[in-house]
Amino acid sequence: MMIEIIDVHKNFGDLHVLCGLSLTVEKGESMTVIGGSGSGKSVLLKHIIGLLFPDRGRVIVDGQELNKLDEYGLNELRKKFGMLFQGAALFDSLTVWENVGFSLKQHTKFSDEKIRKIATEKLALVGLKDVEDKMPADLSGGMKKRVGLARAIAMDAAIILYDEPTTGLDPISADAINDLIVDLRKKLGVTSVAITHDMQSAYKISDRIAMLYKGEIQEIGTPAEIKNSVNPIVHQFITGSARGPITAE
Amino acid sequence: MVSMIGFPGSIINVVEVVGRKTSRFIADVGKVLIFFWHTLRWTFSRPFYAKNILKQMEQIGVNSIPVVLTTALSTGMVLALQSYTGFKRFGAETLIGTVVSLSMTRELGPVLTGLMVAGRAGAAMAAELGTMRVTEQIDALTTLATNPMKYLVVPRFIASTIMMFFLSVLGMIIGVAGGYFVGVKVLGTNPVTYINNSINYTEVTDIWYGLIKALVFGAVVGIIGCYKGFNTEGGAEGVGKATTGAVVISCMLILILDYFLSALLW
Repeated sequence: MMIEIIDVHKNFGDLHVLCGLSLTVEKGESMTVIGGSGSGKSVLLKHIIGLLFPDRGRVIVDGQELNKLDEYGLNELRKKFGMLFQGAALFDSLTVWENVGFSLKQHTKFSDEKIRKIATEKLALVGLKDVEDKMPADLSGGMKKRVGLARAIAMDAAIILYDEPTTGLDPISADAINDLIVDLRKKLGVTSVAITHDMQSAYKISDRIAMLYKGEIQEIGTPAEIKNSVNPIVHQFITGSARGPITAE
Repeated sequence: MVSMIGFPGSIINVVEVVGRKTSRFIADVGKVLIFFWHTLRWTFSRPFYAKNILKQMEQIGVNSIPVVLTTALSTGMVLALQSYTGFKRFGAETLIGTVVSLSMTRELGPVLTGLMVAGRAGAAMAAELGTMRVTEQIDALTTLATNPMKYLVVPRFIASTIMMFFLSVLGMIIGVAGGYFVGVKVLGTNPVTYINNSINYTEVTDIWYGLIKALVFGAVVGIIGCYKGFNTEGGAEGVGKATTGAVVISCMLILILDYFLSALLW
């Protein structure tokens, strides 16, 4: 499914977070949006799934403009999405399998046995075994992300959104998550949009990378093109230098 | 434009601060009313999360029984004791039963139950939903095509309203029983007179007035607890503020509404 973001503006009070941002993600493509803290990456991601709506501009997913959908239409569209949150956002009061099977429980008439079986399959797909009956509080950070990922793919999503998928993980766990994202894309053929400031992750999981700065896309290209960019903003960001046009907050 | 020339700066500052706070207060009241309206709207539409409602009824209602029992029993007993002290001075000890039963049914049963449930369950609602907000669990619900108002708020609202009714009934019974125990067993009032005076001067409408109050207080605790939790901002500190705010606002609203309901249900 294709995602089109056209001239989107978003303000929070006096703060102009997105300033005419336009971005197209092709069907089956893996797009990563990079940018510093507070650059509007999360706000952009929330616009794609209808958690936020633009003050001006349009967000079109699979030919449907989100602004024009009612509650029912939005939820029907959201069923085609999976989203991995930065802190996994697992439901504290539910077990792992209930978390993974949440959508199935809400939107299908499957029995609990069948939902548990599907949850177990999805957990295996993200490399987890024998954790079905654990509570989220009993899991490590990396395991929580995996469970979050299993929940995101439980309904066979066509689009997966990743909010800082490797943040807060040790380098080995982070790389394991990167491998998992690449692997899932190969197996499921989904369109994916990730936001991150982890360049290792961006290079590994992306077909294209877009650099977001001051509410606009500064540059967009393949990982190789971004690595060799002469744009001083992009160059400073990917090399992690404190000197340059971007100033630390 | 009205000229400010001639007004001391401090007066202008005071007017500005009062104006800003008033405007924020009116905006907050409006937001709560809109939240209440959405809750009502979703209460009567499908799907109905019966399991969630039952779970909340247990958490809000069943788990509040000990605290409500203790409060009602203590209040009924103290009321009998204090009434006796006063009434004895003009030979009206036999009216203790009337005072206890009227106070517990019309007033103290629902109000004290409301305050206790606001402190226990209202705080828990705000803290739980607040934590879910700051850890993005509420956003996660939305991305999973599930309406968080319907899934989280409506069950708490329904459970709070219904269980406040039953807890108040319990509070009234236990309070009256506590009064009887002190009046008859401790202070030696004639049991037949005590019961007769309690029954003769307490009408069924008195009980209904108390229970109407209980329903309103239940709705208040549910809405305020959920509203504060649902709109939490700013991590652990925000959750703390939301929890405190939920208890303080619920308690104040219960006391304010109590007067107006008493005046209305005279």
